[in-house]
Amino acid sequence: MPVIELHELEKSYGSVKALQGLNLQVPKGCLYGLLGPNGAGKTTAIRIICTLLSPDSGKVIVGGVDALSHPRVVRRSLGYVAQEIAIDKILTGRELLQLQGDLYHLATSQTSLRIRELVERLGMQTWIDRRCGSYSGGMRRRLDLASGLLHRPELLVLDEPTVGLDIESRSVIWQLLKELISNGTTILLSSHYLEEIEALAQRMAIIDKGRVIAEGTAEQLKQQLGGDRVTLRVREFSDEKESEMVRTLLNRIEGITQVVINQAQGFSLNLVVDSEQVLPRIQEELNKAQFPIFSLTQSRASLDDVYLQATGKTLMDAELEVASQRDLKLESKKAMR
Amino acid sequence: MENTVDVYAQGIDEQGFILEVLQETLALTRRLYLQLLRRPSTLVAGIIQPLIWLVLFGALFSKAPEGLLPGGMTYGRFLGAGVIVFTAFSGALNAGLPVMFDREFGFLNRLLVAPLRSRSSIVFASVIYITSISLLQSLVIMGTASLLGYGWPGVSGLLVVLLILLILVFAVTALSLGLAFALPGHIELIAVIFVANLPLLFASTALAPISFMPTWLGWLAAINPLTFAIEPIRAAYGGPLDLGITVLHAPYGDVNGYGCLSVLMGLTIGLFFLIRPLMNRKLA
Repeated sequence: MPVIELHELEKSYGSVKALQGLNLQVPKGCLYGLLGPNGAGKTTAIRIICTLLSPDSGKVIVGGVDALSHPRVVRRSLGYVAQEIAIDKILTGRELLQLQGDLYHLATSQTSLRIRELVERLGMQTWIDRRCGSYSGGMRRRLDLASGLLHRPELLVLDEPTVGLDIESRSVIWQLLKELISNGTTILLSSHYLEEIEALAQRMAIIDKGRVIAEGTAEQLKQQLGGDRVTLRVREFSDEKESEMVRTLLNRIEGITQVVINQAQGFSLNLVVDSEQVLPRIQEELNKAQFPIFSLTQSRASLDDVYLQATGKTLMDAELEVASQRDLKLESKKAMR
Repeated sequence: MENTVDVYAQGIDEQGFILEVLQETLALTRRLYLQLLRRPSTLVAGIIQPLIWLVLFGALFSKAPEGLLPGGMTYGRFLGAGVIVFTAFSGALNAGLPVMFDREFGFLNRLLVAPLRSRSSIVFASVIYITSISLLQSLVIMGTASLLGYGWPGVSGLLVVLLILLILVFAVTALSLGLAFALPGHIELIAVIFVANLPLLFASTALAPISFMPTWLGWLAAINPLTFAIEPIRAAYGGPLDLGITVLHAPYGDVNGYGCLSVLMGLTIGLFFLIRPLMNRKLA
């Protein structure tokens, strides 16, 4: 039985549709990655799983329990680590963990025992009794992780856990996550870093515009794409018309599939080729039709290509696009109760 | 709060319910005290401000002709009751601020993902904290007033004073917590507190009796909840305790001590019922 099941989740903030029929199944004991640009709906989905938010429609089952009708049962078995969860600057890290223990109704002796364990495992000995206000980003995130793990949840949910972290903190956190997985904890981790998902996740879903657009292991996703990736630019900056013409031309060449025009990258063309032998043929055909070639590069399929294939833009470009449209007021409204 | 329904469905005597609510409430209250201990400026300011009122304002009218005030009391003695009530009032009015900051900074989310047995714990913790702090501030003011020679209410009188302050603090805390969940941010909350504070003081009998006021202001003062807290306390300071005697000569008639207490009680209960649906929605 999957630990998380989401069925047809819909959620809107006013006229902004954050989730549009999101379906997800996270199997037990696996580190599952949610990959997508900012604004794709990752955080909204995670807030719903953690019972912080109700969907407009759809079903949420966590650990076999309906999270919408029995949120408290879900909260007991779930640890949540997120950027928007604040720490109290006036308290020390230890005091915050003690508070957390009381909120999860642990016995005092149990709390102090587990705090000692986590302090050691996450290397917090030297600063755990300092006030949180003096912590660096990496220390804060380690403390967040400790507070999410204090009640030994069966499911750990991390929203962008290592954004902007120092290397030491990142490696400490990654190491701990791997240990947790081997001990049978299920972990859901969202990120817009391909590298992070690729390094940690056993399975993943790629999310775009509030929907899952691809799902599976990294290998499966890449295999589905098949072949090598080629990026072709006839000029540094082409226009739509020219790229369309080149696309028509390319579609006639044998061994080329899935020609996508990447609008954000100056209408460059992304294509999949069966073998390396196709490259000289491309050059030949372009010369014949008197198209110039600015650049022609070839690479193995990556997760970014999976995203590109499904959406027609790279993750980075989607990221930039969203960043420019970000509505700060809406953001704070979403995070605030 | 949403859990109240759950709890009733499962039977209120579900094992450990009270213990768990107690555990989470105490932990949340402890956090508020730790904050105060490490940042005591609000507590100190909350004591200094009424002291300044007491000393400076008391001195302002110290040469007022005798017999001007009801019962022939000195102005300092008259003012004492007003400043005590004002201290408790303005302390409780700030009750919503920590909650508002928790909303804004996202600390509330930490509490909301936790399996709290009852989310009322969040409200309980604020009420316990603010009540104890407001009463402490008021006691300091009462002590200082007695040192200044403005009198002391005696044992039974003191109990009445504390009871009245308790009811008032509950009412104002409810109001402030309601605002903390209804308003969009701390700037708005501070603005409301700022605007509410002084006019409520001036339009009450804290600084002058109704007989000094023009009719319209007298009416305002006579319906101001602060007046219903001030007058019985003033009476408790004035002599042997008797809640049956008239303490307020309002334009609409005389009100005795019991009447004042009932009005305050009614106000508190009314406010708690008023903010309940809002809390239920925000903490659901």
